[in-house]
Amino acid sequence: MSSKDIAVSVRGLSKSYTIAHNVEKHSTMGEAMLHRFKNPLQRAEKETFWALRDVEFDIEQGDVVGIIGRNGAGKSTLLKILSQITEPTKGEIKLYGRVGSLLEVGTGFHPELTGRENIFLNGAILGMRRAEIDKQFDAIVDFSEVENFLDTPVKRYSSGMYVRLAFAVAAHLNPEILIIDEVLAVGDAEFQKKCLGKMQDVSSREGKTVVFVSHNMGAVRGLCSSAIWLKNGQLLDYGPTSTVINSYLSSSAEHSKGFIDLKQEPRLHGWGERFKICGLSLNNGMPLMHGQPVSVAINFESTGSIQDVVVGLGISTLEGVRLLTYESRYLGENKDINQNTKGTISAQMECYLHPGQYSLDIGAGAGDTEVIDYLPACSIIEILPGPNTPHGLYDTFASVRLPAEWNWVTTQ
Amino acid sequence: MIESQPLRNAKLPPPVEPGGEPKQPHLIIRPSSGWAALNLRQIWLYRDLLMTLALRDVKLRYRQTALGAIWVVLQPLLGAGVLSFVFNRVADVPTGDAPAFLFAFVGMLAFTAFSSTLTKASSSLVGNAQLVSKVFFPRLVLPLSTVLSTLVDFAVSLTVLFVLMLLYRIAPGPQLLLLPLWLGLILLLSLGCGLIAGALMVSYRDVQYVLPVVVNLLTFASPVAYAASFAASKLPDGLQPFYFILNPLAGLLEAFRWSVLGGGEVQWGYVAYSSVFALLLFLAGAFAFRKMERKFADVI
Repeated sequence: MSSKDIAVSVRGLSKSYTIAHNVEKHSTMGEAMLHRFKNPLQRAEKETFWALRDVEFDIEQGDVVGIIGRNGAGKSTLLKILSQITEPTKGEIKLYGRVGSLLEVGTGFHPELTGRENIFLNGAILGMRRAEIDKQFDAIVDFSEVENFLDTPVKRYSSGMYVRLAFAVAAHLNPEILIIDEVLAVGDAEFQKKCLGKMQDVSSREGKTVVFVSHNMGAVRGLCSSAIWLKNGQLLDYGPTSTVINSYLSSSAEHSKGFIDLKQEPRLHGWGERFKICGLSLNNGMPLMHGQPVSVAINFESTGSIQDVVVGLGISTLEGVRLLTYESRYLGENKDINQNTKGTISAQMECYLHPGQYSLDIGAGAGDTEVIDYLPACSIIEILPGPNTPHGLYDTFASVRLPAEWNWVTTQ
Repeated sequence: MIESQPLRNAKLPPPVEPGGEPKQPHLIIRPSSGWAALNLRQIWLYRDLLMTLALRDVKLRYRQTALGAIWVVLQPLLGAGVLSFVFNRVADVPTGDAPAFLFAFVGMLAFTAFSSTLTKASSSLVGNAQLVSKVFFPRLVLPLSTVLSTLVDFAVSLTVLFVLMLLYRIAPGPQLLLLPLWLGLILLLSLGCGLIAGALMVSYRDVQYVLPVVVNLLTFASPVAYAASFAASKLPDGLQPFYFILNPLAGLLEAFRWSVLGGGEVQWGYVAYSSVFALLLFLAGAFAFRKMERKFADVI
């Protein structure tokens, strides 16, 4: 290790949650007592789930470290422990510097309060002193680009303005160690760029330590000098960003051949058991090739009846830029699903993606507005060159290579 | 780029300064267990948050209401009107020298300070669940911040009280100076209940439904529109003290009314009992809260 100072030191960090099985969770005291009374001898079948297990690492001062891993790998738990929101079950963290954490943009924003009032409220919630906010107020307003609406309640803001204002407050937080969770997933592209720029500033110019969780590999690559890869609560790899990201991506591609099982994937969105996409098979396990037809079959299960169900697939670059969207309501029909149904929806398409790796999003909706299941970046797919694919340097072109009818006309 | 290798399972020595002395960390995070200190210093560090949250509650309270602050005035007036009508006119309960309406109004004033602090403090955690699960700050700040909006309401009602006393031509005596003491004790008592109820509400939402019922019952079980001594005298011989012992609020309400209106028979022994009870309950509530707060973010 270099002789730089350590900013964060984590030793033997573990966090467990208890999950009760068999027994329904009692959310009222009466239920809990009644159950106890009826089954005095039964011990609730409890399972201990380790969200983090024996994680150890050191982060040097001024480093920007990305934390990557699939949903449920323990990334958010790690951030929550680092920001003191929840306590570890075992282990110890030493933090050498003032910590500021940003797990969500606009925490505590109140719709009835004006922009100005929310700046002070949100600043205070993030741990800024009143005098600090006063000092930074103009810079915050400037960064947010909403100066004309400062005295308007934020419930009348567009979502873009809302996010800009919220991020502006957070960006002027002044800690020595900054902990950030996936906050860049919001806002328009231009503003995201501005936020990334601000973060880069924070680390390189001001020498701050940044710990950053993201699914956006582009952002992690662009910002972080090193990356930590978590899998099932354990630290799998820690090293230079590109090395760690590459081994993470290839392991994801590995497991996604043939049938992709999504039943146990943790969900952040949707209706839970009521409608669940259980998995999908791509081309019956045959390789996906540029210029060749692809078949997709998506399995789902429902426990409730749902009207107007739509299923969709999205293909994005590994950097998180969406390239293609397929939806069953485009040239297809919506379907009413009955209670306790199992089913499959299949689609045929031509694959014109450039050979390479892409990330797959899958989701389902009801009607035009409800998201009933959504699994962003649930798998990585690999496209191989097809028989007609021209040879050459694929990487230097766009991600989609389309056919067209070509006609030469020449005159002499 | 840094020249780091995979650090999995590496046992590293603690960071050492060039001088050879281990550097002092700014903060150490470890699992904790058992009772925790109240950590008042940390609450002091977060005093700006405390004030901001309190001001938010005050501001939000009457935004988008047509009559605004008039509600603060109307609520106790209407309450006192109904109570004095039922107890004094219908049930013929004596109120001593004081006019029945004024008697009930003073009772309502003190009781509302208790009930509104209890209600707001206990629901402050669940109501701010998003903050609890996403940001770190001393959790005690949330229930404590609710006191300000109660105090603002109290100040408005107190002004109304003085206007009423002027109309009734009743001058307060020097005992009025003790009013802040009784108010403080009432707030401690309600915060004590509110902290425990609030912490329980995080895991058990039942508390949310039980609490309004309890407050409602307390309105009648406490000497709001009648004198405590009158109610106690209706109990069988030997059971009278239980009226005061079971409801520690009784002694404080009596003392509060004595401070404003004077007269009446205040039983100082029970007032002392209530005061000690309020202090102890507040401390017990605060420590219980600190013990339970570790689970808040995981459960809420």
